[in-house]
Amino acid sequence: MTERNPGFNTLAIHAGAQPDPTTGARATPIYQTTSFVFDDVDHAASLFGLQAFGNIYTRIGNPTNAVLEERIAALEGGTAGLAVASGHAAQVLAFHALMTPGDEIIASKKLYGGSINQLSHSFKNFGWNVVWADPDDISSFERGVTPKTKAIFIESIANPGGVIVDIEAVSKIARKAGVPLIVDNTLATPYLCKPIDFGADVVLHSVTKFLGGHGNSIGGVIVDGGTFNWSREGRYPMLSEPRPEYQGIVLHETFGNFAFAICCRVLGLRDLGPALSPFNAFLLLTGIETLSLRMQRHCDNALAVAQWLSSHKDVAWVSYPGLPGDKYNALAKKYVPKGSGAVFTFGLKGGYDAGVNLVSNVKLFSHLANIGDTRSLIIHPASTTHRQLSDAQKVQAGAGPDVVRLSIGIEDKEDIIADLDQALKG
Amino acid sequence: MDHTSYPDSYIRGILNSVKIIAMVGVSPRENRPSYFAFKYLLERNYRMIPVNPGQAGKELLGQKIYARLSDIPEPVDMVDIFRASQHVMPVVEETLTLKPAPRVIWMQLGIRNDEAAALAEAAGLKVVMNRCPKIEYGRLSSEIGWIGVNSRTLTSKRAKIFGKGVQRMSLNRPSVQGGTTAADRATAAEE
Ligand SMILES: Cc1ncc(COP(=O)(O)O)c(C=O)c1O
Repeated sequence: MTERNPGFNTLAIHAGAQPDPTTGARATPIYQTTSFVFDDVDHAASLFGLQAFGNIYTRIGNPTNAVLEERIAALEGGTAGLAVASGHAAQVLAFHALMTPGDEIIASKKLYGGSINQLSHSFKNFGWNVVWADPDDISSFERGVTPKTKAIFIESIANPGGVIVDIEAVSKIARKAGVPLIVDNTLATPYLCKPIDFGADVVLHSVTKFLGGHGNSIGGVIVDGGTFNWSREGRYPMLSEPRPEYQGIVLHETFGNFAFAICCRVLGLRDLGPALSPFNAFLLLTGIETLSLRMQRHCDNALAVAQWLSSHKDVAWVSYPGLPGDKYNALAKKYVPKGSGAVFTFGLKGGYDAGVNLVSNVKLFSHLANIGDTRSLIIHPASTTHRQLSDAQKVQAGAGPDVVRLSIGIEDKEDIIADLDQALKG
Repeated sequence: MDHTSYPDSYIRGILNSVKIIAMVGVSPRENRPSYFAFKYLLERNYRMIPVNPGQAGKELLGQKIYARLSDIPEPVDMVDIFRASQHVMPVVEETLTLKPAPRVIWMQLGIRNDEAAALAEAAGLKVVMNRCPKIEYGRLSSEIGWIGVNSRTLTSKRAKIFGKGVQRMSLNRPSVQGGTTAADRATAAEE
């Protein structure tokens, strides 16, 4: 007895949203309020005790943010979501639910530079340790497993682009180790790849990027896959043991397959506090309605630009998995068949100076540190984001002196290519 | 009915038609899931009758607790079972002796007993297994979306406010299915 299942585009527009119950407003209203009145004292007690669904205070939940949460959870095929102030906040909250001092995360070496910083330095202050693994050598994840491992963390398409991780292979290692696989799916978005289908247990997003897509708001989301058994071995006490701050309830027992998202909300977001502004949630939601259209155009443009660059005389190499012959082309066909995203790097034969010249000469590309905007973006990491590293560290991080990173927008591809053409000549 | 998945219309039909629910195995402790579900359904105007032999004669949220189903002096529409799967059969057998017979047997999230379900269905009862009526109510009324849960429903119809206050929604609204989750598919595969 199955009912019709809606497609991705329908979910991108409708999931989580409904006409406003009191006014009938059809677009999702911006509930720009800190707090919500209780119906009565008993209702307040039920809400604080987690016995009723509802709204209390925007640090813990907000009806505009809730639409964003349900929307992305539906697109990823997860059981629940939690919207927070940034992608980085999503990472902090997800790990906070799992880690105690002395515990370990096995993380891919190929992550967004900001995440490498967060894991290596800030997390150390919490006593959370990182064991680095190499996605080009999947067995390195298995070798990293110890009794203290609490999670494995990878990016589906790694920023600065070009690397596709074999999610299914890593998920098998996570399952064997009895720990959840957490996938940052920012660069792919669920339009290109749904990591839960390949064995991920939790999906994280910097919604700031392609999901929001317009470069106007910072935001993050945690999606609970609903697939992990948090109580089996008692390794995740925040989920499997009575919580003193909630009269002794056990979150996993009470909330079942969406307990992880609830844990991140009622313990992480409530106590650490990185709440998303409802106004940002509204802008991000509006962006998501056109996700499929934008993402396909981003990918088609990126492939055209990558092809053009790979035959340019001043270009030493292009790292884009969508190019036939690329090292990651086979993985791209499996995990991101509709396109390899729109963020990638290439190398200039002229090295550091050529990189500096290129970013100075562009007229349409914006020289800035974001990715995943409608506009085409460019950055020369060696002279900006990775400036403080030694030359050896730069190369190791994929930010050698010759490297330029692009985030291809949805302008006309001829105009994008023409801008690069004139800037390389100049 | 294969009991791995239920159409939303089936669940909505049950929750919209039953009025009196006996909850077998409900705990008086306010941090237990059964207490949560009992209180929530009571607040949605179901007449809730607690059944728990260890607590018989006491009250739960103002409702008299009975030792067994057959002690309840009024007709019951639905029996909601909060007992481990292996203890479900006697509850179903007792349900079938009630006159008039209840129309629905509901086994809570994590509870499934196919033999007991077949017995109830053969007697003409509707059966739901491995679901929580509170979660299903929250999902179909879309209240559960307030805590970010994927309701797996889509609708262009306005939710109706339930009763007094503003933070309770009624079930009285159509929706279409809003996708599935890997978690649902995994449960179906296990079964
Ligand atoms: C892959 C990836 N993950 C996480 C982040 C962090 O997100 P936010 O800037 O929203 O905190 C970024 C930002 O660049 C990113 O590219």
